Amino acid sequence: MSDPNGNSTGTADSRAMNRRSFLRTSAVLTTGMAALAASLAPLMELDDFTSAERFMQKYYKELTPGEMARVLKRIEGEVERQYGIRPHVRDLKPMDGVEFVYALNLTRCIGCRKCVHACVAENNQSRNPEIQYIRVLKMPHGSIDVEKAQHNYAPESVPEKGFFYMPVQCQQCKNPPCVKVCPVHATWQESDGITVIDYDWCIGCRYCAAACPYWARHFNFTKPTIPKDKVNPDMAYLGNRPRRQGVMEKCHFCIQRTRAGRYPACLEVCPTGARKFGNILDPNSEVSYILRTKRVFIQLKEELGTSPRFFYYFDV
Amino acid sequence: MKMAVRNYLVFLRRCVRIAFVGDWRYYAWMGALTFFCLLGLNAYAKQLAHGLVVTGMSDEVSWGVYIANFTFLVGVAAAAVMMVIPVYIYNNEELHDLVIFGELLAVAAILMCLAFVTVDLGRPDRFWHLIPGIGQFNFPASMLSWDVVVLNGYLLLNVHICGYLLYCRYQNRKPAKWFYIPFVFVAIGWAVSIHTVTAFLYVGLGGRPFWNSSIVGPRFLASAFTAGPALIILALQIIRRVTDYRITDRALLTLRGIVQVSMLINVFLLINEVFKEFYSGNLHVASSRYLYLGLHGYHALVPWIWTAIIFNVVAMVLLVLPVSRSLRWLNVTCVLCIVGIWIEKGMGLVVPGFIPTPLGEIIEYRPSLNETLVCFGIWAFGLLSYTVFLRMSVPILQGRLSKASESGDRGAGEGPTELRPAFKP
Repeated sequence: MSDPNGNSTGTADSRAMNRRSFLRTSAVLTTGMAALAASLAPLMELDDFTSAERFMQKYYKELTPGEMARVLKRIEGEVERQYGIRPHVRDLKPMDGVEFVYALNLTRCIGCRKCVHACVAENNQSRNPEIQYIRVLKMPHGSIDVEKAQHNYAPESVPEKGFFYMPVQCQQCKNPPCVKVCPVHATWQESDGITVIDYDWCIGCRYCAAACPYWARHFNFTKPTIPKDKVNPDMAYLGNRPRRQGVMEKCHFCIQRTRAGRYPACLEVCPTGARKFGNILDPNSEVSYILRTKRVFIQLKEELGTSPRFFYYFDV
Repeated sequence: MKMAVRNYLVFLRRCVRIAFVGDWRYYAWMGALTFFCLLGLNAYAKQLAHGLVVTGMSDEVSWGVYIANFTFLVGVAAAAVMMVIPVYIYNNEELHDLVIFGELLAVAAILMCLAFVTVDLGRPDRFWHLIPGIGQFNFPASMLSWDVVVLNGYLLLNVHICGYLLYCRYQNRKPAKWFYIPFVFVAIGWAVSIHTVTAFLYVGLGGRPFWNSSIVGPRFLASAFTAGPALIILALQIIRRVTDYRITDRALLTLRGIVQVSMLINVFLLINEVFKEFYSGNLHVASSRYLYLGLHGYHALVPWIWTAIIFNVVAMVLLVLPVSRSLRWLNVTCVLCIVGIWIEKGMGLVVPGFIPTPLGEIIEYRPSLNETLVCFGIWAFGLLSYTVFLRMSVPILQGRLSKASESGDRGAGEGPTELRPAFKP
């Protein structure tokens, strides 16, 4: 395995050859390395380079309580450095005997979109570009065909005659297509029915976005930005802690609130009381009453077999 | 044992070395490809820094030209089987010495596929989450995890078969049948599986009626077995032109027969699909309407898909007529097949699946410049790999690069004098 040019015969000729080929090789190598470096130069703008600790971080379900405590500390530190505010990040677990269900009264919704903005404020979504978990559809009377919906309505005042309004967000399916397709188990359904995402495990393939029939999953196409004074410091690991570039996010029924006994932000802000939320396993809950007594309620795209935990109903 | 390892290392070293040796056309070609690779790398570095926002993709159309190219190239890789079956099952003599070029094309195509899925990831730094054992591999539920398995498996199978046969030829030794024939037969089934699994990736999504149709799988195979062999026909003609490797017209015409039948089936399946979508007139036709006719004033894909259909139909007519027995017309036909199927299978399949969105909104997609440069870079990388594979394998198959010629390897004039004859002046 000797170098082909290494068995020098000692003649001046071959030494000249060697020098020439050495010079040529080094010239080619130098040019090549320079070209490579030049083409990689944009990486210098990568300000959010992953740390070894973050790179090696384990999957949510494999973290021991001790490790989780350390991770939460680290996240609090990262958020503080980035936004100048010390958050309180918790790992809230589902409660026993609880299965959350949402019910939305289409007769009452006036399409004001207050829920959309309350959600953005509560859940620390990127403001530029703005990510919204709720899309309110303006629909002509008499049809729930979403292809007839208007998304960008902006009248002087709502509601408008001849239309009803249908807010759509994650339907928290019992049979979620997004969970099935994720190649790395980065998204799963918890025992209280909420489908969550481990933002530190998602690889950003967007297969779940393709699978979701409700357009509920939203991707961080670039580094999310939140104004410092707009950060909500009450955070949950699987909920509203700030996300990073290149990962998926979606509505999680305000895990940081609902697992601590509060209502979701979209419900609290609703001026007409169109939104109802609660534990379907509790026969005395409001949602149990609604689903028991309303003659018609709708699961969006019921024919797909996703079995949403989000029910639309009417007063009549 | 030590000797065997040493011999193998010498073989590898000589293979690598020869990849850097050639006439001026070779250098010009490789230089140009390297330039495009670097251009693509530069664009990808920008994407890494700023995120997928530098592409034309959005929440509405969340897969674009990366996944489109990926889908097309899986087909090209699978199509190698269309040379393997005639040779190993029907003992076709003409294709016997050429089958390895098809398998090497499959290797290059799979490398490109892997590159295209990697650039599509939002967090490529977390690729290890996909590795079974240390990551969390959602197998068998996720079709994407199946795709990871079958693509990497297919890559390994083909690398093994090509590598082993070439090394035996290099040593002028008869290959041991048990060490490659079983793999060849596994690879035949595997080739079908890679494209079927890729089709299931789309078919399995109930919320996307455009994809959620059982005809997608068969159409994938039919179009793959059209475009793949068409590409191999062109590649073989280039090999024949730049080297003195013996490739008969009859071999090319055998491949023409395969392209012919596949294209007929492909167009037939297209008719089936279009009929079902439009005749029944149900609400799920929106995506197809957008693709073929335009929807509510949006029709970015309409000129593309009609180009594809015209190319495919013209190619089909040419393939059926005796005129495509002349090589010049056959080349034209092959180009029509490849371009037609690239459009139909890539952009024509991936993008309309997202339009309108599940909530009925129409947001169109156009690949950005940066995204296009990344694609060019990956194609250049694929062509570069295939050229290198050919640069190594042609002299080996011709017996110019062999163990017997190892001693001649020592002098300063190794490559050029020994190997340039492989390239006709």
